[in-house]
Amino acid sequence: MTITTTPAAELASALQKGETTSVECTTAFLDRIEATNPTINAFLSVDRDGALAKAEAVDTARAQGKPLGPLAGLPVAVKDVLCTTDQKTTCASRMLKTYKPPYDADVVRRLREADAIILGKTNMDEFAMGGSNENSAYGLVRNPWDTDRAPGGSSGGSAAAVAADMAPLAIGSDTGGSIRQPAGLCGITGLKPTYGRVSRRGLIAFSSSLDQIGPMARSAKECAMLLQAIAGHDPGDSTSLNTPVPEYLTNLEKPLEGLRIGRVAEHFGDGLDSEVAEHVEQTFAAYEAAGATIHEVELPHASYGVPTYYLIAPSEASSNLARYDGAHYGHRWDGTPSDDQGITTFDSPLVEMYCRSRAEGFGPEVKRRIMLGTYALSAGYYDAYYAKALRVRRLIRNDFTQAFEKVDLIGGPVSATPAFKLGEKTDDPVSMYLVDLYTVGANLAGIGGISFPCGFTKNNLPVGFQLQGPALSEPLLLQAAHQYQLTTDWHLQRTPAISS
Amino acid sequence: MPAQDEAPPTLTRDDVIKVAMLARLALSDTELSSLTEELSKIVGFVSQLSELDTDEVEPLAHPLDSQNVFREDRPVPSLATADALRCAPRHDEECFLVPAVLGESGSA
Repeated sequence: MTITTTPAAELASALQKGETTSVECTTAFLDRIEATNPTINAFLSVDRDGALAKAEAVDTARAQGKPLGPLAGLPVAVKDVLCTTDQKTTCASRMLKTYKPPYDADVVRRLREADAIILGKTNMDEFAMGGSNENSAYGLVRNPWDTDRAPGGSSGGSAAAVAADMAPLAIGSDTGGSIRQPAGLCGITGLKPTYGRVSRRGLIAFSSSLDQIGPMARSAKECAMLLQAIAGHDPGDSTSLNTPVPEYLTNLEKPLEGLRIGRVAEHFGDGLDSEVAEHVEQTFAAYEAAGATIHEVELPHASYGVPTYYLIAPSEASSNLARYDGAHYGHRWDGTPSDDQGITTFDSPLVEMYCRSRAEGFGPEVKRRIMLGTYALSAGYYDAYYAKALRVRRLIRNDFTQAFEKVDLIGGPVSATPAFKLGEKTDDPVSMYLVDLYTVGANLAGIGGISFPCGFTKNNLPVGFQLQGPALSEPLLLQAAHQYQLTTDWHLQRTPAISS
Repeated sequence: MPAQDEAPPTLTRDDVIKVAMLARLALSDTELSSLTEELSKIVGFVSQLSELDTDEVEPLAHPLDSQNVFREDRPVPSLATADALRCAPRHDEECFLVPAVLGESGSA
């Protein structure tokens, strides 16, 4: 058994049977990271000592027959947007270059309680703002399928880590598609749960009414294992849902007979790559063959999703990121005067410190969004932009509510194209924003969505399929993806060898 | 609200400076130029929402219909002072240290 290419579900059973140990598994993944990270740059920090110490503790406990958590001994990679007390949490920003949080995120606490082994923190777009992982202050991430291409973003490090066998399981976060889009472009499976299913405490806030943490892995079954461990109510996040967490794994094996899947004609308009369209249509056909029925549904306001998102998310971000003031934590201007002819007058020394610390600490995309959000919320523009976007948000949610009266799930593409070249979209913010076209709707409506591989292009790039479901439909989303993966092997394909 | 056939607003450099001060960002000369162009383009793009008649639509601030959540009014320990101060760029035993709140800039 080659450990790093063995799916997490099989590793879990090998660990239980004593066919391998957590130290052996963890070492194998750490060695794989050491060999491939110089090329891929999926990890910002790796905690070799901490991971091996925990692995040894799990092995000892297992040998003594002590009770262990559901992820006992399994390595997990965690996006660097989640607070960890024992490792730096940078959010891929210069602002938080040395930040070591005083508390663990609730998801990190749950992973530790489940006896998972946290390998390290994964790269991402700075403050989770971006769709290509080119916005990291610590270097871009490369797509393991073609290292000249982007892995997608913002959870590009987590997606690339799973695709490149650097970690069997990973945690991502999704504000407008940041789990599903990189999962699609890297050929893995990623789930954005319903808003509130997973606690956001300790998730560094970007857009609080849209952010949600979710699992990323090779298969739906492994996403189910990971979601089981991280989902649930947390008194520390008043927006986390206080409803019971279902048994995701036991539901997976139910057949799809009678499942109604919606198809949205507008998803197949201009701009959709023909190879992507072909694989998506074949996936609908595969579902039909498995006993599901396909129905045309309408999402009349879908094309307004991206502009709505790019008003709401930057507005919330401009407010959330106001906390980075150079006083409480994070980067602070050292007082060196600047001879730049930009903004030079300030109300007071304190205000100058704020303004210069923030200008130095944030990268270009973060500044762009803070500026856009501040503008949209400012006097005279609030009603025309922010309040308008909130009204359209209701129309978008109503579209989904009406569609889910006719169908159980909605299928379609995750992204209009396979992985694009690094640098291809960096000069044009609007073209980069449009990569979120098929994914932002689920965040605006607060519903669940899953992305999984459904084929490869002639150039051997993975193509993703997305299923979206009503609030708390995670059992059905995971079941539908799992049933597809029982009869296909796209999710089992491995990347070409990665040169170092 | 811009009418449907109205050209989307274009931001001037002065608009960008005003927003940058609200956002507490000491943008450089180069950034002011590039953001004037980029923000105009992005604002033009998001202005397409004005095509929709939303007069009768209530704003949706939160995706799920959740109510305000209360907890029992019972004191619980919060972050210890030392832990809260540990990550601050400048601090003493019990306070965050910052430049003068009043006075001219440049005298920090």
